[in-house]
Amino acid sequence: MILWDKVAELAGNHTLQTVAMGSAALGIVSGVLGAFAVLRKQSLLGDAMSHAALPGIALIFLLTGSKAPLMLVLGAALSGWLGILLIMLIVNTTRIKSDSALGIIMSVFFGTGLVLLTFIQKRPDASQAGLDRFLFGQAAALLRSDVVTIAALGGVALAMVSILWKEFKLLSFDRDFGATLGYPMAFLDVLLTSFVVLAVVLGLQTVGVVLMSALIVAPAAAARQWTDRLGTMVLLSGLIGAVSGTTGAVISSAADRLPTGPMVVLMASLIVAVSLLMAPRRGLVWAWLRHRANNQRLCLETVLEDLCELAQQHTDPGHGHSEKMLKAISPGAGDIGRSLRELEERGWVKQTSPGHWAITEAGLREIPEIQTRYFGRDREATA
Amino acid sequence: MLSPETEIQIIASVTAVACALPGVYLVLRRMALISDAITHSILFGIVVAYFFTKELNSPWLIVAAAATGVLTAALSEALSNTRLVYRDAAIGLVFPVLFSIAIILISRFAGNVHIDTDSVILGELALAPFDRFMVHGNDLGPISLWVMGCILAVNAAALVVFHKELKLATFDAGLATALGFSPILLHYGLMTLVSVTAVGAFEAVGSILVVALMIVPPATAYLLTDRLSRMILWSAGISVAGAIGGFWLAWKLDASIAGCIAAVQGLLFAAAHLCAPNRGLLAMLMRRQRQALEFAQKMLAIHLLNHENKPEAEIENSVAHLDQHLRWKRDFVKRVVARSERQGLVIEADGRLTLTESGRQLAQESLVA
Repeated sequence: MILWDKVAELAGNHTLQTVAMGSAALGIVSGVLGAFAVLRKQSLLGDAMSHAALPGIALIFLLTGSKAPLMLVLGAALSGWLGILLIMLIVNTTRIKSDSALGIIMSVFFGTGLVLLTFIQKRPDASQAGLDRFLFGQAAALLRSDVVTIAALGGVALAMVSILWKEFKLLSFDRDFGATLGYPMAFLDVLLTSFVVLAVVLGLQTVGVVLMSALIVAPAAAARQWTDRLGTMVLLSGLIGAVSGTTGAVISSAADRLPTGPMVVLMASLIVAVSLLMAPRRGLVWAWLRHRANNQRLCLETVLEDLCELAQQHTDPGHGHSEKMLKAISPGAGDIGRSLRELEERGWVKQTSPGHWAITEAGLREIPEIQTRYFGRDREATA
Repeated sequence: MLSPETEIQIIASVTAVACALPGVYLVLRRMALISDAITHSILFGIVVAYFFTKELNSPWLIVAAAATGVLTAALSEALSNTRLVYRDAAIGLVFPVLFSIAIILISRFAGNVHIDTDSVILGELALAPFDRFMVHGNDLGPISLWVMGCILAVNAAALVVFHKELKLATFDAGLATALGFSPILLHYGLMTLVSVTAVGAFEAVGSILVVALMIVPPATAYLLTDRLSRMILWSAGISVAGAIGGFWLAWKLDASIAGCIAAVQGLLFAAAHLCAPNRGLLAMLMRRQRQALEFAQKMLAIHLLNHENKPEAEIENSVAHLDQHLRWKRDFVKRVVARSERQGLVIEADGRLTLTESGRQLAQESLVA
């Protein structure tokens, strides 16, 4: 009951509603656009862009003195966009690879932003308070107007993605094919990357420079594990972004001094961990179980085949062969004794005397199927 | 006794070189962004070690931070080895988790931890000279200079001792493995150097400047030379130039030293990108133009050879008609003809071009080739 009261109290909390809505909207936008970034091996672009946005924010503030979210987002987007173009220029005109190009742009832009920030701090009106939010993020300070900004700009980006769905799909999976079909791939590349920049700058004041990149990568990496279809992955990624945004915001407001941004990132990372472990087919747990089951079957079938071979070579098919001999024939087949007992339970082998084993009629009937599985039909036909 | 300004410049230069040395291999091995991940996640190591030791000056903080750096690299590697995510996504998943936990720990126990996240990320070089290394009351200079000096010495020694192994593993990992070197051991050795360097440097200059110092000078040097040994020397030189230039810029502007150093490193990179002798944009532009002209000269020579001593030569080989026959713009024709004349490939008389002996030779060689 206490818990229920707490939830009811939180649900009626105006600030929490705003923060949760903002985080959810942000999660959807960054999840959807992040799906494309991750598939295109641009996971760290978000990291570079969030750093590259700083000089734009500082410059807009220096020039206009305005702290309106829309203005700062505009500045951030412009300098992030300039950074993207410079990264493309470096990668296309030198032998420097994209990782170094990202590193150069993010560190140099961020350094330049710091220089501009020191100018802002020297202004007499001390109006710089609040710019810090863009550096480290402060979801608790989200206002309704911020949420509207995120939802409106994010909505435009999402609408564009759905209009240009086919083109962006081509760009992500087979750029050259798209070019041969006559689509302007370079333009689409810049456009899609610009939307990622937009998602990043929208999230800066909520989760901050360092953690924004995680909101691009994590939902997409988690969604990727559950499906092989782009449509499903993008929707799932948006959903995971929204869920981590909301739960992160709620948990952080339930306790004192629990910052929202890191909490959202931890929620998203938790979903990633669960997905990596448990997703059907790709999940690590299933892969491990599959591996173990395969291994066990292989051990059993090796022993059975060896016994079959021995029976064929011996004058008396029912003659028992020692466990030691089986071990010598297939030393890599694991615990021979355990395999033999397992086979005995299935009635495929029998113990003729202590430590000596022979294949049974039922066991012999299994052999053709096993051989077909390993060597294909041809071998069965010729044998 | 040196002035604080001189000391700051020395600290900045030593830090810059210490970062640039492992940075060369990060750039060459396409792992530049692991430096960004490591500089952020070391905060986790510092916070955890602080909770155990309860003091901010304990050497265990540095050990734990460096260990976290290596852990970050190992986790990213393990994650990408599952093949469930690409390597860049693996890096992007690991460090935010560690960073988030660190931030939450700091916020939860903000009352008794005096770790300032601003200073971790931004750094303040101007304060470095005020933390002195005192032995029995003797002032031996700033602590950070000693720390970075030691790290520089370790990095330099490691790169000299393992130069051959690192070079081979970087440029031909397959051959290195075949010859019995362990690329994994080298990889984690390098990650340890990067982590220790990042830990030592971020206190003085902040985590983002560490990335700037590790990546930008080696990338600049990569545009200037094709030899590993020269690339290392160039990187060291460029990083010192950036550090000192950045300090003076900050002095003039009265702005963040770390930010100015990063900005100047960026300017040096831009200058190299534009003006590098072989790989710069200008050099590339000039080379392309020269190649276009040289190709056009060959085309001209072949054209003249084709129609030489034939009835139509009167028209085909006249300068006035070349723009139609070769489909060139008129001023391009002028440039090609002038250049060919200067080089003694053709002779112009009454508006008609005839090949010289060397011009005919060029045409014939081009046709055969």
